[in-house]
Amino acid sequence: MTQLALVIDLNVCVGCHACVTSCKQWNTSGEAGTLGDENPYGKDPSGTFFNRVQTFEVGQYPNTETVHFPKSCLHCEDPPCVPVCPTGASYKRAEDGIVLVDYDKCIGCKYCAWACPYGARELDEQQKVMKKCTLCVDRITDASLPEADRKPACVMACPTNARLFGDIHDPDSGVSTAIREQGGYALMPEWGTHPANHYLPRRRVVGGVQPEDLQRVDNPLKVDGKLPRPAAGEPSLDDVTSW
Amino acid sequence: MTKPAAPAPALNEVRTTTCYMCACRCGIRVHLRDGEVRYIDGNPAHPINKGVICAKGASGIMKQHSPARLTRPLKRREGAERGVGEFVEIEWDEAFARLEQRLAGIRATDPKKFALFTGRDQMQALTGLFARQFGTPNYAAHGGFCSVNMAAGMIYTIGGSFWEFGGPDLDRAKLFVMIGTAEDHHSNPLKIALSKFKRRGGRFISVNPVRTGYSAIADEWVPIRPGTDGALILAIVHELIALGLYDREFLVRYSNAGQLVNLDETSDDFGLLVRGAGEPGDAPGFAENQVWWDRHTDGPVPTHTEGADPYLLGEFRMPDGRPVKPAFQLLQERVAPYTAEWAEGITGVPAETIRRLAHEMGIVARDERVELPIAWTDTWGREHASVTGNPVAFHAMRGLAAHSNGFHTIRALAILMSLLGTIDRPGGFRHRAPFPRAIPPAAKTPRGPEGVQPNTPLAGLALGWPESPEDLFVDADGAPVRIDKGFSWEYPLSVHGLMHNVITNAWKGDPYRLDTLMIFMSNMAWNSTMNTGEVRRMLNDRDADGGHRIPFLVVCDTFQSEMTAFADLVLPDTTYLERHDVMSMLDRPISEFDGPVDAVRLPVVTPPAGCKPFQEVLIELAGRLRLPAFVDAAGARRFSSYPDFITHYETEPGSGIGFLAGWRGKDGAEFMRGAPNPRQWEMYAQNNCVYHHELPPSYQYMRNWNRGYMEWAQRTRIRRWGDPIIIQLYSEVLQKFRRAARGRGAGRKPPAHLRARVETYFDPLPFYYEPLERAATDGERYPLAAITQRPMAMYHAWDSQNAWLRQIHAHNPLYVNPVTARAQGIGDGDWVWVESQWGRVRCIAQWSEAVEPGTVWTWNAIGKQPGAWSLDVDANEARKGFLLNHLISDRLPAGDGAETSNSDPVTGQAGWYDVRVRIERAGAEEPRETAPAFAPLPRYPGMSKAIPGRIAYDAKGPAR
Repeated sequence: MTQLALVIDLNVCVGCHACVTSCKQWNTSGEAGTLGDENPYGKDPSGTFFNRVQTFEVGQYPNTETVHFPKSCLHCEDPPCVPVCPTGASYKRAEDGIVLVDYDKCIGCKYCAWACPYGARELDEQQKVMKKCTLCVDRITDASLPEADRKPACVMACPTNARLFGDIHDPDSGVSTAIREQGGYALMPEWGTHPANHYLPRRRVVGGVQPEDLQRVDNPLKVDGKLPRPAAGEPSLDDVTSW
Repeated sequence: MTKPAAPAPALNEVRTTTCYMCACRCGIRVHLRDGEVRYIDGNPAHPINKGVICAKGASGIMKQHSPARLTRPLKRREGAERGVGEFVEIEWDEAFARLEQRLAGIRATDPKKFALFTGRDQMQALTGLFARQFGTPNYAAHGGFCSVNMAAGMIYTIGGSFWEFGGPDLDRAKLFVMIGTAEDHHSNPLKIALSKFKRRGGRFISVNPVRTGYSAIADEWVPIRPGTDGALILAIVHELIALGLYDREFLVRYSNAGQLVNLDETSDDFGLLVRGAGEPGDAPGFAENQVWWDRHTDGPVPTHTEGADPYLLGEFRMPDGRPVKPAFQLLQERVAPYTAEWAEGITGVPAETIRRLAHEMGIVARDERVELPIAWTDTWGREHASVTGNPVAFHAMRGLAAHSNGFHTIRALAILMSLLGTIDRPGGFRHRAPFPRAIPPAAKTPRGPEGVQPNTPLAGLALGWPESPEDLFVDADGAPVRIDKGFSWEYPLSVHGLMHNVITNAWKGDPYRLDTLMIFMSNMAWNSTMNTGEVRRMLNDRDADGGHRIPFLVVCDTFQSEMTAFADLVLPDTTYLERHDVMSMLDRPISEFDGPVDAVRLPVVTPPAGCKPFQEVLIELAGRLRLPAFVDAAGARRFSSYPDFITHYETEPGSGIGFLAGWRGKDGAEFMRGAPNPRQWEMYAQNNCVYHHELPPSYQYMRNWNRGYMEWAQRTRIRRWGDPIIIQLYSEVLQKFRRAARGRGAGRKPPAHLRARVETYFDPLPFYYEPLERAATDGERYPLAAITQRPMAMYHAWDSQNAWLRQIHAHNPLYVNPVTARAQGIGDGDWVWVESQWGRVRCIAQWSEAVEPGTVWTWNAIGKQPGAWSLDVDANEARKGFLLNHLISDRLPAGDGAETSNSDPVTGQAGWYDVRVRIERAGAEEPRETAPAFAPLPRYPGMSKAIPGRIAYDAKGPAR
C-alpha cells in the first residue's frame, strides 16, 4: 500500500520560507482553498498556512546551532485526528495514505486540532473549517499537468531541494533510501502515530589537518626562501683581519 | 476541500518572464486563469534557478494585489509640506509637460543641476544612458550605499568580483568559506549550490557575527566582531606565507608577485612597478613591460620570459642602482606583524582557530587539487594540457563591504584567494561575463567641469574606474564636480557613486545646490538613508525666501512609501509582471560561469491604467528633451516605446551592439554583435526569456590569461584589448594616488586638507585599520556593534506591504546575546533603548545565543512609518518594529570642525555597520512602542479606498 510523504533534510534547509509561501500560493486558489488572512495589512496579521518554518537555537554561544524546522501535517499512518472527528470529515485515503479533510462535513469543532500532537491543523477563520497540508493532492493527481510538475508545490519550490517526496512504503523509493541511509527519523514516535513525514538530521563535516601536512618537500619556501648569494665583491671578514 | 478530490481546473495559460521580487532574477512561469495570476513557479528551463523559487518569488501575487499600489501621477498639494503625503491627481500629460519644461531649462543652462539616482541598479544601461545624454554627471544607482567595496576591492585586484560578476564554484569546491553574508544577490543559485555542495560532503565554514540563514547549515560557525574581518584575513595570509601554503606556480605566472617595485625614495617613481625597455603592449599597463628578477640569470628580465623564474622574496638593485623588491616580498613584510595572536585581540577569534583555518585552506588547496582534461593556451602562448584548480571557494558580501575599512578588507580577501591559487579555476572563484575586466576597467568619467556643458551629452560616463589621479572628476582646485563628491580626492575610487551623500550635499549646497532630484525606487526618506530623521528634515527644509532647499523632487515608484511622501511629483511605476525589461550585458546580466546570459521581462498582466513603466517615462522624456541618442538628425523621436528602443538602439550607429546580446542580426543568428533584429523580443519570448551563450570548455577557465577566451572576447567586442589581466597583489593604482599625496610626480595633487587622508588609505598593500567611526566613538560608553541583516523572505522595504510575507516578519526585535542582556538587566522580550552617539531608538530585545556578545543586530527595513506601505497605523511594523538607521550618521567629524561622509575613504562605501551602541532597559512607565515616533501617512488619491481587513485570495476560474 502506498504511503506518500515528505522527507525534510534539515542538513540543507536554510529557512528561506519558499515552501511556506509557495504552498499558500498554490493552495489558496486550489481545491483546498482558500487560505484566508485576517488583518493582512494591520496589527498582528494572521492567516491560514499549511506549512510553517520554525526557527530555534540549540546550545550556548559559541556552540550554537540555528535550526530551521519546516512543519506541516505529517500524514500519520495512525492519525489521531481521524477517529476523534465527530462527522467523519477527517479521513485517510486508502490509495495513498494522505490525510484529508472534507470541508462539506467539517463543522470546525477543533477536536482534530486537540488530538494532533504536532499542531498541524488550523481553523480557517473565514470558512470555519479545519485546514491542513494535502500534499497538494490536486497537483499530484492532476493528469493535465506535465508529469514533472505533479509534485507538492513546496517540493517544486525548495531551492535547496530539502524536501523529498515519495512513497515511504516502497523500499526502493528515494524517500525510503534517504530515511534508511541518512538516519531519517519521525517526530515524537512515543505517541504511536507513525508519522509518514520524516526528517533527516544535520550531518557535520569535520575538517582536519595532520601536522605532517605542514612539513612538505614541495613547500615553495624551499625555492623562495633561497635568496641570491651575495656577490663575491661584497664586504667580508676576509678583508678585515688576518687572525 | 471536497471529497473526492476533483482535478483542478486547467490552468489556461502559462507565460514565462523574469522575477523581480529581489535582485536574483530567476526565470518564472506565471500560470494564468482567465487572465488572473493563479500561480507563479520557477521555470525549470531557466539557467539561474532551474525551476526553484523563493518565498518572495512565490508571493508575487500579493505584490500585484497590494493596497499600496500607486495608480495616478500625483503632485504635491499646493501649500502642503513635503513628507505629509498630501497630493492631487494629475494626468500624465501634465506630469510630462512639467518635467519637460523644467528639465529642458536645466539642460540648457547647467545640466548638473539635475540629478538622477536609482535604488535598483539593474536598469543602469538605460538610466545611465539617459543621464549621460542629458549631460549631467549626477547619476548613480545605489551601489555606493550597498556593496561598492566588494566590487572595487575585488575588481581592482583580480578583475572580477562576487555578485553578478562572479562567484564560488561549489560544484567542485571541497572547502567553502562564507564571510559576512546573510542573504545574497544571487540568492537561489547560492542555495541550490550550497545544498549540492553539502550533499557531496563539502565542508562549509561561515564567518559572521550572527548565525542565521545560510550560516545555520555551516559545519563550523566562526563568530567574529563586526568590522574586523580584515584582521582575520590578513592573519590568515600571514600564516599561509609563513608556512609556504601558497600556490607559487600560480602567483608567478598570473599575479604581479614577482614584479619588481621601485624603492628608490629619491625617485618620483618610488613605489611604482619597474618597467623595462621595449615596446609597450596593446593596452595601457600590459604586463610585458614589467620586470622580474630571474633566479637563473640573477638579473632583471621581462616578466614571462621563457625559461625565467622570478624571485618572489629578496631585495635587489637594478643595473642603474635603484633598489627594488618583488611585490610578494612587500606583501610578506606587510603581513609580518599580522600574527594570529594579534588578530585574536581584534576579532575575538582565538589564534588557534585562525591558524587552523589557514592550515585547512592551504592544505585543501594544495592536496585536493582538481584536474580537468581541458587543453587551453595562455596569453603568452604556453599550451596547457589540462585545467587545474585548488578547491577552496569563498563568498563574501556586505558584512565585509559596509565598513569604512571594507575596501582594504576585501583587497585582502582577494589576495588570500589569489595566494591559494583559486581565481577562475575549478573549485575556486569563477568569473561571469562580461567579467573579467581590465584592472581597472576602461570606463572613465570626464576629468573636469568642462565635461559638463549645456545641451550637450556628458563628455564621458557618469561613473568610471580611475586608473590614476588624472582620472578623477575634479576642477582645477581639486574640488568635486559631482554632487555626491564621487571621484573626488575625498572618495577617489567611488565607482558606484555615493547616493547616500546626495540629499545632505544638495541641502548644504556642498559642493553646490541642485534644482531637480529624481529618485527611482529608493526609500531615501526611511530605510535607505543614514541619519533618517535629519535627512527627512533636509528634504523639507526651505530657504529664507520660502523655496525648498532642494527645489524640485521627483519620485518614481510602484508603491506608496515614506519617500514618495516627500515628492513634488510622484510617477506611478508598474510591477515587474506588467512590463518589458532587460537584464543587459551592458549592465548586470545574469551570466553563468560557463558563458554570458542575458534575459528579459515580458508583461504577463495589464497594469492599472494610470501606471507607466519607468523605462517608458525615460524614453518619453528623452524624446521630448531631444537627447541626441533618442532622436534623429531632424530632432524627431527615434523610438516609439521602450521595447522599440531595445530592438533598435545601437551603442553607436552601425555598432551592432545593443542592450540585448541574443538573437541579433536580421535573422537572429548573431550573438553580442549584429544588426537590430525586429523579432528579437519574440525570440526571447520563445526561449524562456533568456539567452545563454555557452563557451567551449577551453574558454571557461583561467579567463584572465586565456588566449582563446580573450580572442573570443575581442571578436564579440566584450573587450577591446586582449591583454592579460594580472592579479594585483600590489596595487600600482593605489600607489599612484599615494604618490600624488606625497607631492611626487607631475600629475594632479590632492588639496592640502586631504593629503594625509589619501596618503594613508591609498596604500598599495592591504592593511587593517579600525573603522573610522570607532576612532570617533567613546568605546566605553558605546561598547557594542550594531548591525542589520536582510531576511530571506523580505527584499528591503518592498515586502512589508505583501500580506503573506509580512506574516513571516511583521516586526523586528533587537537580537542580544543573553550574557550581554543580563549584564544590563535586560530580560528576553523587554523593551529597551538602543543608543548611539547620534541618536536613540526604543525596541524589543530578544535573547539569542546565535550572536557574538559584542554585537546586537536586527532585520533590515522591517520597521515602517505609520501608514506607510498601506499598512494600518497600528501595524506591527510601525509600533513594534524599528529602524536602526536612526542611530547611524551619514557624517563623521574630520577634524577642525570639518565633516566627511561616514564612508570608506577609498570608495565612498557607506559605513552602515560601523555604528557603536549601548543598550538599557526602557522604563516600566514608558509606552511599549518604538520611538522616535512619526506622524501617520495618509492614503494618496488613486490608491484603493480602503485597506482590507481580511483577504482570501482566489484566482478566478470558470470552475470555481
